[in-house]
Amino acid sequence: MYKYTAKRILLMIPTLVGAAILVFGLLRLIPGDVCELRLAGSGTYVDPDAIRDCQLKLGMLDPIWKQFYDFMIGLFTFNFGDSMWTGQPITHEIKLRFALSLQVAIMATIVSVAIAIPMGTISAVKQNTWLDYVVRAFSIAGIAMPSFWLGILIILGLLIYTQAWFGQPWMPPIEYVDPFTDPIGNFSQLIWPAIATGYRYSAVATRMMRSALLEVLREDFIRTARAKGIKEKIITQRHAWKNALLPVVTVIGIEFAFLMGGLVVTEQVFNLNGLGKLFVESVTNHDYTMTQALVMLVATIFVITNFVVDLCYAWLDPRIRYS
Amino acid sequence: MAGTKKEYKDILAELGDQRSAFRKAVDLVRNHGLGATGAIIILSMMIMAALATYLAPYDPELNNFASMHEAPNASYWLGTDQFGRDLLSRLIYGARTALFVGFVAAFSGATIGLVLGVTSAYLGGTFDLVFQRFIDVLIAFPTIIIALTMVAIFGTELHHVIIAISIPFMPDAARIVRSNALQIRQIAFVDAARALGFSNRRIILRHMLPNVMAPYLVILTANIGQAILLEASLSYLGLGVQEPTPSWGLMLQGGAEEYAESAPWIAFFPGLAITLAVFGFNLFGDAIRDALDPKLRQQ
Repeated sequence: MYKYTAKRILLMIPTLVGAAILVFGLLRLIPGDVCELRLAGSGTYVDPDAIRDCQLKLGMLDPIWKQFYDFMIGLFTFNFGDSMWTGQPITHEIKLRFALSLQVAIMATIVSVAIAIPMGTISAVKQNTWLDYVVRAFSIAGIAMPSFWLGILIILGLLIYTQAWFGQPWMPPIEYVDPFTDPIGNFSQLIWPAIATGYRYSAVATRMMRSALLEVLREDFIRTARAKGIKEKIITQRHAWKNALLPVVTVIGIEFAFLMGGLVVTEQVFNLNGLGKLFVESVTNHDYTMTQALVMLVATIFVITNFVVDLCYAWLDPRIRYS
Repeated sequence: MAGTKKEYKDILAELGDQRSAFRKAVDLVRNHGLGATGAIIILSMMIMAALATYLAPYDPELNNFASMHEAPNASYWLGTDQFGRDLLSRLIYGARTALFVGFVAAFSGATIGLVLGVTSAYLGGTFDLVFQRFIDVLIAFPTIIIALTMVAIFGTELHHVIIAISIPFMPDAARIVRSNALQIRQIAFVDAARALGFSNRRIILRHMLPNVMAPYLVILTANIGQAILLEASLSYLGLGVQEPTPSWGLMLQGGAEEYAESAPWIAFFPGLAITLAVFGFNLFGDAIRDALDPKLRQQ
């Protein structure tokens, strides 16, 4: 197990270094830069010297190898420098928004599990009945529906129904509040984006739950349990679930890693000041340093989540360790 | 024996002719309900796109400030947006953008992946190892992050948006095709072709590629819906197709949120169109997968 773990950790390094090189290279291809955008963005004439000064100050005129060297040193020391757009330290800007995005990601995962497990179970137990078809259509619709449209519909629905029931329209609060100081305010703000994102992510997990459960329900030990006269409900919940959940947990784990990307659009709809919004802003502003740091953050989260999922698998199934 | 075979074929043909086209369609829907539903949605979308000039009652890009925010009525069936443009006409023309971007992006992404995946499996060795690491790197980024970065580099013209959308589909296709091609490489006919002195290019193109067409087609159809969704997301973020080109995602960006309360139809119909289109392609893709790749059916 130690050998396997060590091997997996060593394999993570080339992936991340590759990602760093790729991102760094790609961003240098972007035409126009943050200085031109900031000084001449509104179309007015600006002294070329001013742009040059700005570029010099931000280190954009350094040789490419020097820029890359600084970027790599920054990655390994967790000091990404300052944002080219706001001038604030990047670690500070990310820290401000990380809690919000992480919280929405966790809540969305909970929502998707809460949808996927019961839905997948119903679908498998009632295979090929109308209930199964309804659940499958519901989950395919989840993949098809853009989460930003679902977000707009949720806001619209909230406005219309609160208007009808309470006499005045209610909107989720716009300011982010810490969950520990005002749990209700926090929850009432973040549950809606969590539903919009979670529904979409539940679709794959529901399918996985259905097919895994169908497979397990055909096993011999289930037949034995039925022969003993155990109630069908207990068979599903005690015997089948435990064996079917493993692939579902994997899918959910991998999706969690991708949620940070999935939030890009949702945060825009609900006007949340999270990492996704920061990413869109940094891309539009040509803020290289910020974009680099954010992309590397997302890639690192993904690689580490994958690593943990692989480790769980190897721990549960010794055959993987030795192959 | 040849005669028997021909007779059998003739009987089948006769039987086939006896059923009316309507009957055939009904049977198809009965036997492959979900796939046929998907095909119907896709077909109607294609008709909408092809005949947009005849079907659309108004010019989709024409501003008419005399009729802004009109609710659906007899002259504007789906209402108008904040510039007084007819939503139905914009939806119909939007099908063109969606289909074009979806097809071209999914096709180029899957095809580049196909060629690279087969080449990598065939050549093996260092090339394969380096290529696999490269794919690992690309897979570590969520699709929308890659697409957004690409748009930032290339710009937001339609063909650049298509390139940006096709790139994230490449690594997945390459990975799946590669694992299929590796199995085919084990079969003796590839070695036989090498023993005959055929060039690598010929073996890859003539012997390996035809044998990985099934997974390729599955990936291709599955990606079209996702490409349409990605285009809508990018346009919604303002980093995709630009005004005044009619695009479903773009229709949701402009006034849709601002006027959601007073003019909900602006936000409702384009989203419905995206959902239906992606739904159709997903259903159709699932049916293709079931037909071509029985091993994957259970997933």
